Amino acid sequence: MDLYIIVFYLFALITLASAAIVVISKNIVYSAFALLFTFFGVAGLYVLLMADFIAVTQLLIYVGGILVLLLFGVMLTTKVIRVDMRTATVRTFPAVVIVAALAGTLIGIFWSTDWPQSPASDGFERTIPQIGEMLLTSYLLPFEIASVVLLVALIGAAMIARRERKAL
Amino acid sequence: MLETYIPIFVVIAGGIVFGIVMVKLNEWLGPRRPTDEKLSTYESGMEPVRTARERFSVKFYMVAVLFILFDIEVVFLYPWAVAFKELGVAGYITMTVFIVILLIGLFYVWRKGALEWD
Repeated sequence: MDLYIIVFYLFALITLASAAIVVISKNIVYSAFALLFTFFGVAGLYVLLMADFIAVTQLLIYVGGILVLLLFGVMLTTKVIRVDMRTATVRTFPAVVIVAALAGTLIGIFWSTDWPQSPASDGFERTIPQIGEMLLTSYLLPFEIASVVLLVALIGAAMIARRERKAL
Repeated sequence: MLETYIPIFVVIAGGIVFGIVMVKLNEWLGPRRPTDEKLSTYESGMEPVRTARERFSVKFYMVAVLFILFDIEVVFLYPWAVAFKELGVAGYITMTVFIVILLIGLFYVWRKGALEWD
């Protein structure tokens, strides 16, 4: 399990370092690209947790989709030529309060949770059939609600992004 | 176990190393005699007139949103397809409901003309 520990720290380092760049970088485009490595590192951590489906989903949706959307968002909203695409530190006091509360909550949960040390499983477990069964039996309502949420997002995007054209 | 993922790590590591080595090798071996012409931006033989970093059209955003939504749909479809035999007819019906709800959205967007690039 020594290699396991090394790989874990490697991915943890990638995730934390790139997340720090996301926050610290003055150029918002650099932040967006650093987020790519954060998502990638998190996908690696999912692999180490034997959550293969979640890892692939992370790559497919976050790296492949959300990040592209974020970059488009950056390109769409800022006037690149005249105004610098830079981030600034504003509203420090409310931010400190909120971050302190959030960090306190997370650390409290971290300490009060009983972390189970599961025995190392000896075979590679296939999680995908189990996910499929749970999704369509026990978690059927959230699954169908997800489709409604996607529908709302679709209609919302069409409403915002497109000018009204004459009805066909 | 995790050994299954070793080929993926090898490919990723190989890709990173190959990219860095090729760029550095080119820098090290190739002759460098820069002129003003060579250093200017290549624009299909035209004179570049202004910066390429302009605001993107909102149409690209629409395409990206559509991509993500149907990407998520595929992610939901995949575990269903793997467990298809165990889930049987009930699973088939619920997945049909899921897809039909999304199809309504697709037809709405279609009728709105959001799929056309004008």
